[in-house]
Parts: sequence; structure tokens; C-alpha cells
Amino acid sequence: MTTELFTGAEMVVKALSALKVKYIFGYPGGSVLDLYDAIFQQDEIEHILVRHEQAATHMADGYTRATGKVGVVLATSGPGATNCVTGIATAYMDSIPMVILAGQVPTALIGNDAFQETDIVGCTRPIIKHSFNCRDLADIPNVIAKAFYIANTGRPGPVVIELPKDLLIPQNKAPFHIETNVKMRSYNPNIKGHPKQIRKAVKTINEAKKLVVYSGGGIVLADAAALLTQLVETLKAPITNTLMGLGGISGLHENFIGMLGMHGSVEANKTMANADVILALGVRFDDRVTNNVEKFCPNATIIHVDIDPTSISKTINAHVPVVGLVDVVMQQILDELVATKFTPNEAALQDWWQQIHLWRDMRHVGYKQVVGEKIKPQRVIEAMYKITKGEAYVASDVGQHQMFAAQYYPFAKPRQWINSGGAGTMGFGLPAAMGAKLAFPDKHVICITGDGSIQMNIQELSTCMQYSLPVVIITLNNRSLGMVRQWQDMVYDGRHASSYMESLPDFIKLAEAYGHVGIKIDTLDELDSKLEQAFNIKNKLVFVDVLVDEKEHVYPMQIRQGAIDDMWVSKGVKA
Amino acid sequence: MRHILSILLENEAGALSRIVGLFSQRAFNIESLTVAPTDDNTLSRITIATIGDDRVLEQIVKQVNKLVDVIKITDLTKRKHVERELLLVKVAAVSDKSRTEVKRISDIFRGAIVDIGKQIYTIELTGSSDKLTAFIETLNNETEIIESVRSGCVGIARGEKALRV
Ligand SMILES: Cc1ncc(C[n+]2csc(CCOP(=O)(O)OP(=O)(O)O)c2C)c(N)n1
Ligand SMILES: [Mg+2]
Repeated sequence: MTTELFTGAEMVVKALSALKVKYIFGYPGGSVLDLYDAIFQQDEIEHILVRHEQAATHMADGYTRATGKVGVVLATSGPGATNCVTGIATAYMDSIPMVILAGQVPTALIGNDAFQETDIVGCTRPIIKHSFNCRDLADIPNVIAKAFYIANTGRPGPVVIELPKDLLIPQNKAPFHIETNVKMRSYNPNIKGHPKQIRKAVKTINEAKKLVVYSGGGIVLADAAALLTQLVETLKAPITNTLMGLGGISGLHENFIGMLGMHGSVEANKTMANADVILALGVRFDDRVTNNVEKFCPNATIIHVDIDPTSISKTINAHVPVVGLVDVVMQQILDELVATKFTPNEAALQDWWQQIHLWRDMRHVGYKQVVGEKIKPQRVIEAMYKITKGEAYVASDVGQHQMFAAQYYPFAKPRQWINSGGAGTMGFGLPAAMGAKLAFPDKHVICITGDGSIQMNIQELSTCMQYSLPVVIITLNNRSLGMVRQWQDMVYDGRHASSYMESLPDFIKLAEAYGHVGIKIDTLDELDSKLEQAFNIKNKLVFVDVLVDEKEHVYPMQIRQGAIDDMWVSKGVKA
Repeated sequence: MRHILSILLENEAGALSRIVGLFSQRAFNIESLTVAPTDDNTLSRITIATIGDDRVLEQIVKQVNKLVDVIKITDLTKRKHVERELLLVKVAAVSDKSRTEVKRISDIFRGAIVDIGKQIYTIELTGSSDKLTAFIETLNNETEIIESVRSGCVGIARGEKALRV
């Protein structure tokens, strides 16, 4: 019996099928044409042709954030691969698993500055979890299997595989063998928390009088929302989420005190600042949370649970570090609480919650909408929340609109909120929304964006047409790079250097030119009805261009270099 | 404080560049770095001498460990260890007097003259990095150093303790 032989291109497709991949997001070019030919001749995996490789990475990313499944990107060598760099960095910063297949010139030409040769493994080295230079045809399946394993275990992240053209061509063949049960001697992520640390953590929790739970993107990545909710209810503690962690517990849960950090709620930041114990779950004490680290929560004993040891005690010293998968560790903590017959300290809790309610009452009313005046951006988010009953997937771009969405759309479930938190990549929103819509065609999928951000990947309107991806794009059009403008108002005496968006296109006509529907909203009285109308159009992409008040700032806002709870609550007013 | 880190990693293309890249990307200091395959040629061993306080060191060790290719890392300076570095130095030896003097210094430091030219001696010396530095200073006072090369330090723990898979 002769073993069947396959080309490298066929092996890629076979390996991806074996790993149950449904979609590849990509764009063809010389070095990967053999792979495209192989994809063309099968129908297990669908290729989605974007209009720019950056969008392929964001679309894969959005698909992953919405579903938890690893996204796959395919790009040609040289410019195709370098166009992926921003998307890879975006995924890396938010720990999103992704596998990027990048073409390369034939092995014999590598190093010769051949046509469309770029060292993509070198280019991406600081922004990937791992990468492979594939040099042997027979290795392809196992390299792909390893890439998936690495991308999706431990702290997830993007993995790049470079595939030289000579490995893919029809002339070269080898037998296909794949080991999907990957084991590596150099890579064994921790899973369980160390029992001694769990006991320490529970002891610390037991002694707390002012406990706060601070949870982040790790909860979303681990699909650990139910456990988190159970833990919070057991402890009866207040909980705050990071921007990345929204939806980790329902935004309407009575223990939820809002997002923390730069544009977090006053009560969340005050609660953190005054806590005696902080239970940090799947977070990394980002500078957008802590503000000045020297002044960060001086009286708190910090229990820090994370899968990545480098995140622990990197910026803020952890008194009780616990390395492990956040869901596994939460279960260990819950078990230990039961074993030690934990009962909440009701008296302390009552005082603590009373204090938190006082802070909550201090909450400045977020915004004032006067009838007859320009639409406030926050009001648009509230309308969108009502119409979608809080159940939409909301993919955001970056800017003021992102913060308004985070503040005014309480997410009930994890994965509903899709945003570029770590990298803050403008241009992320639309392709990410497309990825979510592809996964959930029957759900409302919104791209909340700004007049600046939307133009960074607007060409994808064409992809939406090709694959019928009727997302609802809501542009909070303030005719400016609002977030930049806000900083210029606050820090640069209102000198608006290059933060105006002059010569904006007519977004309605633009949407129509791509074959979609455009709706313009510029007065308050038509806001609700026109938005409703937009969401009622089911089979077409609707581009809603809402003209909002360009003077509105995002509040609350941390005062630079201050403590976590040093905040502006409105123009010139401190908390 | 100075630390000597020993790293055992997969002997694969790109592994070294990841280590070097990590140090530059995160602004960690490298005083010296050496790399070579081990007795098991699927493994490389890197020794890095670096300087940093406890906090920085903790991050360096964790970050290096996080690299997928890395199997083990240990801070040799935390326990008893043997540290060695190799120096090759070419010095001017023009007069009888300077030849004698160079030979004498070299003997004191237990160096070996490994090559002789018309007006040049090449000396080999192994020892701790401190010893090498002292040797160079002494030579410098006596004659002209024409060229020198140091291997960067390597080290190994004393006693039973071993860094292996
Ligand atoms: C790719 C990229 N370039 C620049 C920035 C810096 N930046 C952050 S917010 C912002 C303005 C965004 O404007 P817009 O999309 O209109 O949103 P708005 O703040 O007006 O709601 C800019 C330029 C960024 N985050 N990403
Ligand atoms: Mg704008």
C-alpha cells in the first residue's frame, strides 16, 4: 500500500479542517496562490475576501471575541503580511487567540530581497505569542496544530506561521500526519492555583472589611461569567469591571458598581481606593486603570489571580499572587470558602455598602440633554440600548464614542462588548462587527464608531455587500477626532491641532454607493424613530450617521498623575 | 545588582532572536550574552549577565520563562556557583623588557601565551569576569593592548543542582 501524498497547500487546508476551522479571513497574492487554489477546490472552509489585510485580522479577531473560536488569517508575503501588523498587535494586546498564515518567497530566495519579501516573523516578533518559520513541507500540519494549541491555551494570543511558496507548490508532496493532541516540553501553562495561595487568598478575604472584586478580560476569555457571579454573590462584595471585562458580570447586577479606571464611575474608583482587600481576577493593572501607581490603593491587600505570571507584580505589587486559569482558581476559592465555612461579615458589609451608596449618589448626572439642542452622544447609546433590549453585540472603534458605549450600554453577558482596549486601534470596529455578524447572523450586531475611526477601514463596506453582513453602523458624528479634541481642550488650552475632520464625506451617499442603506439623524425628535427604523431593516447593512454635539466631553475622567479616584466629574468639577 | 541567568531553550531558528528582542523591547540590561548548543543538541544554553533590582529581575525571569521556546531559566547568582569567562588579548611586546613583563603578569594571573608575533603576544585567560577586568587593567599599565575579546560569562551551579530537562 502506498501512502497518499499531498501538496503543502492541501495540507494547510486538511490541517485547518482537522482543527474544525470554518472561516479564513484573507487576501490573495503571488506567494499564496497555491493555497488559494486548494481552498477553491474544497467546501469545508469558507474564505472571506476582505478589502485590506488589516481588516482580515480585525474580522478574525471580532469573530473570536464573539465566539471564543480561534480566528484564521491568510495573507500574501511582503505588503500583505505587513498590512496585518496592526491587527496582530491589537489581538496581542487584548490576548486574543489568532493564527496568521503569511506567505513567503521561496526558501531559496529568502534573504535576497526578493520581490515581496519581508521578514514577517521578524516584524511581528514583539507582538506575537509565538511564530514559526515553516521550512519543511512535512511539518506543516503539526506546525499548524501547535500554533492553534499555543494561541488558545495559557494566556491566549496571536501566532504567526510563515509559509514559503516552495512548500505550497504542486510539485512538492509529502504524507499527511497531524498530531492534534499537542504536547511541548517547553510550554506547559499553569492551570490550577497553588493550594497554599488559595488558602492565603481565602484567609485574606475572610479578614476583609472592605472587599472589592476587580475583574477583567480574563473572565471573558475564560467564559467564566457564571462562576464570577456566583463568587460575587457568595461574598456579597461590590464588583467593578475593566473596559475589557465588561459583561463579565451583568451590567445590571446589583453588586456591579460600574467600570473603573480613566473613564470609570466615581463609585468604582472610590471603592477601589478605599478597599482593604482587592480581589483582582484576570486583570493586569493597566495604567488606564491605576492612574499614578505610586498613589494606587495604599491601604489594600491585593490578591491577584492571573494565568500569566508576568502580569503579576509587574506594575502593582501583589500580596497574594495566584497563577492559574481564572475559572479554575475561582472554583478553588469557592471550594475553600465552603471548606472554611465562610459567612459574610454582615456588619462590615452593611457599612461598606452604605459608603458605596453615598459615592454612587455623588455620581454626577452623566449628561444633560436639552430638547431643541444638539443630540448628546450618550443619548444615542441609551436609545440603541433600549431598541436592542441590551442584547446586541456591540463592536466599537476608538474614541469618545467607545467610552460612551462602555458607560451607557450595560452589557448583560460576556463577549457582547467587542473593543480594542489594550491597543486602542481606530479602524477595529467595522471589521470586528463583521466577524461577529458572520458568527451570529440572527443577532443585532452594532458597530459604534466615530467620523474619524470609520474612515480607517471603510473599504470593508464592500466586503459586507459581498457576504451579506448587515451590521448596523452607528456613527457618533462630531465632525472631529473627539477624544483628541477633548485632551486638547483640557491640556492644551483648547488648541485643536489637527483634530477637526474637515471635508467629511457624505456618509449616506457613501453607504448607498456600496449598495447599503444610509440614514442621517440630526435632531433629537427623530433619534428614536429613525434608529428604530434602522434596526428594523434586517437584510441590509444600515449606516446611521448621527450628528452629535461636538463639544461633549467624556466624564468622569481621572486627573492625570493622581490617585485612582482623583477625577473630574464634569468640566472643572472634581469628585 | 549583577545577576547571571542561565537559560535552557529549544535549539530552534529564531529562539535567540526572541531572547535578544525581549531584552531590548522591555529595556532590560544585557552586560554579556553567550549561546551554544548543549550536550543534547536539541537544546541551547544561553547565559546572560544582567543588572537590575529585585523587581526588574523578577520581571526578566518571568518574561523569559514566558517565551514558548524556553524550557528553564535560573538565576545562578542566587546560590553557590562557578562563573567563568574567556579572554583573548593581543598586546604589544616590542622590547625585551616588555616581553618579560607581559609574561610575568600573565603568569601571575595564570594566563597562557597562545601566540607570538614579531612584536606581539596573544594571551588567553579564563576566570571570573572581575579577574579578567583586573588583568586587562594591569596589562594596560604595562603595555599597549592592541585587541581584546571576551566570551561573556558562563556559569554552572555548585553541587548537585543541575539545569537540565
Ligand atoms: C490608529 C489610531 N490612530 C490614532 C489614534 C489616536 N486617537 C485616539 S481617539 C482618536 C479620535 C477618534 O475620532 P473618532 O473616531 O471620530 O471618535 P470620537 O472620539 O470623535 O468619538 C484618535 C485620533 C488611535 N487610537 N488609533
Ligand atoms: Mg469623531
